Amino acid sequence: MDPVLDIQRLSIRYAGAPAPAVRDVSFTLGRERLGIVGESGSGKSTVGRAIMRLLDTAEITADRMQFEEVDLLNAPERKMLDVRGKRMSMILQDPKFSLNPIQRCGHQIAEAYRTHVRCSKSEARARAIAMLEQVHIRDPERVYDLYPHEVSGGMGQRVMIAMMLLTDPDLVIADEPTSALDVTVRLQVLRILDGLVRDKGIGLIMISHDLNLVRAFCDRVLIMYAGRVVEALDARDLDNAQHPYSRGLLAAQPRIGGTREPLPVLARQDSWLEPLEAQA
Amino acid sequence: MSMTRDIPAPVPRRRMPQSLIAARNIVAFLTRSPTSLFGLVVLALLILVALFAPLIATHDPYAQNLQATLQPPSGTHFFGTDELGRDIFSRLVHGSRITLTIISLVTVVVGPLGLFFGTVAGYFGGKVDTVLMRITDIFLSFPSLILSLAFVAALGPSLNNAIIAIALTAWPPIARLARAETLTFRQADYIAAARLQGASSARIIWKSIVPMCLPSVTIRLTLNMATVILTAAGLGFLGLGAQPPLPEWGAMIATGRRYMIDSWWLVTFPGIAILCVSLAFNLLGDGLRDALDPKQMNKR
Amino acid sequence: MRLDRRRLNGIAEQGVSIFVTLFGLLILTFVIGRIMPVDPVRAIVGEDATREVYENVYRQLGLDKPMWQQFLLYMRDVVTLDFGTSIRTGQPVLQDIARVLPATIELATFAILIGAGLGTPLGVIAAVNKDRWPDQLIRVISLMGHSMPIFWTGMIALLVFYANLGWVGGSGRMSQFYIGLVPERTNFLLIDSALAGEWEVFRSAINHIILPAALLGYSSSAYITRMTRSFMLDQLGQEYVTTARVKGLSRRQTVWRHAFGNIRVQLVTIVALAYGALLEGAVLIETVFAWPGFGQYLTSNLLIGDMNAVMTCVLIVGVIFIGLNILSDILYRVFDPRTR
Ligand SMILES: Nc1ncnc2c1ncn2[C@@H]1O[C@H](COP(=O)(O)OP(=O)(O)OP(=O)(O)O)[C@@H](O)[C@H]1O
Ligand SMILES: [Mg+2]
Repeated sequence: MDPVLDIQRLSIRYAGAPAPAVRDVSFTLGRERLGIVGESGSGKSTVGRAIMRLLDTAEITADRMQFEEVDLLNAPERKMLDVRGKRMSMILQDPKFSLNPIQRCGHQIAEAYRTHVRCSKSEARARAIAMLEQVHIRDPERVYDLYPHEVSGGMGQRVMIAMMLLTDPDLVIADEPTSALDVTVRLQVLRILDGLVRDKGIGLIMISHDLNLVRAFCDRVLIMYAGRVVEALDARDLDNAQHPYSRGLLAAQPRIGGTREPLPVLARQDSWLEPLEAQA
Repeated sequence: MSMTRDIPAPVPRRRMPQSLIAARNIVAFLTRSPTSLFGLVVLALLILVALFAPLIATHDPYAQNLQATLQPPSGTHFFGTDELGRDIFSRLVHGSRITLTIISLVTVVVGPLGLFFGTVAGYFGGKVDTVLMRITDIFLSFPSLILSLAFVAALGPSLNNAIIAIALTAWPPIARLARAETLTFRQADYIAAARLQGASSARIIWKSIVPMCLPSVTIRLTLNMATVILTAAGLGFLGLGAQPPLPEWGAMIATGRRYMIDSWWLVTFPGIAILCVSLAFNLLGDGLRDALDPKQMNKR
Repeated sequence: MRLDRRRLNGIAEQGVSIFVTLFGLLILTFVIGRIMPVDPVRAIVGEDATREVYENVYRQLGLDKPMWQQFLLYMRDVVTLDFGTSIRTGQPVLQDIARVLPATIELATFAILIGAGLGTPLGVIAAVNKDRWPDQLIRVISLMGHSMPIFWTGMIALLVFYANLGWVGGSGRMSQFYIGLVPERTNFLLIDSALAGEWEVFRSAINHIILPAALLGYSSSAYITRMTRSFMLDQLGQEYVTTARVKGLSRRQTVWRHAFGNIRVQLVTIVALAYGALLEGAVLIETVFAWPGFGQYLTSNLLIGDMNAVMTCVLIVGVIFIGLNILSDILYRVFDPRTR
């Protein structure tokens, strides 16, 4: 099967920044679920946004950056308008900020559909309501007419998921989709997302801080540190990670039934910046 | 105003050298932007011209010459002559002194007044704050020109009264700013420490709070100068400010108005002078705002 | 709107604050009126009145009473809308003002349409192109508008567009020939002439209003542009704008459909305040364009020291300002779903 996404040696530098925020990142993605983990500032969101081509002013270089037949490095913006929201979309972190506060939730979902499919208003509405049902919203007709400030965080994030999956994209990037949510609804929202992604055979990139979460919901994991991918491995092999940074991350995860010792703190080393092979 | 929070709060004792460094940085930043540079140059020119007016002026600004009235611009009269044969260039040059006087007097009155009300309101809070801020609200509920008009009408038209009127209407925004600043410092540890040591409120305000408010208040005053100049010129134009034969720019436009159709130079040059100076203050203020915005600083 | 307790408290608080401000306004005008060097009695009775007449009027005006009683009298007059008569016109001041105010409102409304119509898109364009040349250009254009002495620009514009090019009408609200042709119903010339079907007069009125309104509009657009730009920059940095782009909306759709909608409320506030500030410009521009409006009425009375008229004008400007503030507050509540 052809990969959905093929990225080779991607580097990104923000305008005016002295050093690149992302360096030589390579990976391919099929119709699978890929987790990207790493500490804050390691460049995870930057990679996601670069794939969506949302970084207008940043300087982006790569050997290859291919989404299906679209060359993301050179595609004109007009082409990207067709791709974005239709064939690839992105779930943002916090529904409190990522939904337009003065438009009704349903309208925002329907807009995603109407941007790419010619249809009547009522058809878009019906689609949106059906999608709200799929994300387990009990009273979709009512929620359709609510403003974002009138729905709870978990509901808001499900609205976001509905909006981004409505057009049946091939690739979805979820940038910390649950970290703004209450712990009690996190799993619920993730299960809904996971169910839809599996059913529709969508390629998913899940950005997260949380190793346990990535272990449970992803097939493969990239571990990023300071703008580089330091290790890539299957989720079930996560416990056997080789790179010292990955091992440090793992050790810093709390576990139920673990020891009561204080969690170890990362002691950074410059050598971590080298990829794994070079160190060996 | 967001700029109030952008100014790093220095430790009071080390203020002087730090603020000097800051000032140097700001000037360096300003000279890098062409628009702010224009502002700086015009203001420097204004000050120089005002200082050396007698040397720069080619004629006596009050000397009438009824043989040479309404002469167009020429080699002897750069900007022409007015209806009484006075040299417009020389009048403009001497008028810069009036402009500078207005600016400095307004600053001298408005700065302390605004600082006093603002810091007192912010420091004591509660009822004092409510009452003082109500008063500023009342002043702010008039457009400043209308209020100045009313004051001048009450005091009688003259340059001094115009300055008083402008000052009376210009302090409320400064007071608001100083209050906002004070509120951010009030809880600071060294203020609490001073209070514990038994320092009087007046002393704390004077020694600790006023110096902290000074930088932002100074900047705000610079920004307000454009408005002050336009208001002063407007009052002069309406005949309520400087009285003839004083070479105040607004008043010059008012007298030139009658001869405007045939002698365009009578109104054109004073107007350009007003425009340049007020534009200079606006550009400078705009640049200062950028200079003090840390987000902008990093960008460039 | 739901009327819950919190909202009621808010309204009560605002009511009190409006009341206090109005009261302060009265004190201010009262004080200004008292320190005026013009002798109000002399102004009424004339220079060569007998001592007896003088004393009589002095007492009639209540000037023999203590200050606080005078202030109460003043308050009574204001509450009963009795502002006295203008010395210059011999008419009740309120009647005078009702006659001249429509001319100013017509001018200011025309001007704010131009100012908002120009300033809003310029501000949006500047924000979208932050720090690139369109932003710099717009910054200079709007600072120019902010810096020009409007009475001077008015004169120069008259010189160029009326005297030299003949594109627009000169001073006044319409050509000399048409004065008195249209029955005065609302005192809004554009409305009156349209009602009377006098399209020639209507055209002449448009021809006359366009230049002063354009200048006033330009000067107020400076403020509107600046504020629009900064509001817009705030919004463009928000996550929901990213969401809109992720959905596949173009730059323009993102800006106008999403970000712009979110600054509408703030814009309304700004435009209402700019409208108030126009009154200030109107005082000067009306003098230049011989526009028979409120500003001219105010300045001509100022110069002869007609105290009743001046103080009433100042009071009315203050009331209009407070009114605009309340209005923008109300609009804010109506337009923003979050405050509903
Ligand atoms: N708009 C921007 N302009 C300049 N630098 C930026 C910008 N956005 C991010 N950066 C820098 O790029 C680096 C990577 O940021 P990024 O947001 O991708 O990290 P992240 O891994 O997503 O972190 P987090 O887990 O906190 O979301 C950081 O050093 C950040 O400071
Ligand atoms: Mg991130």
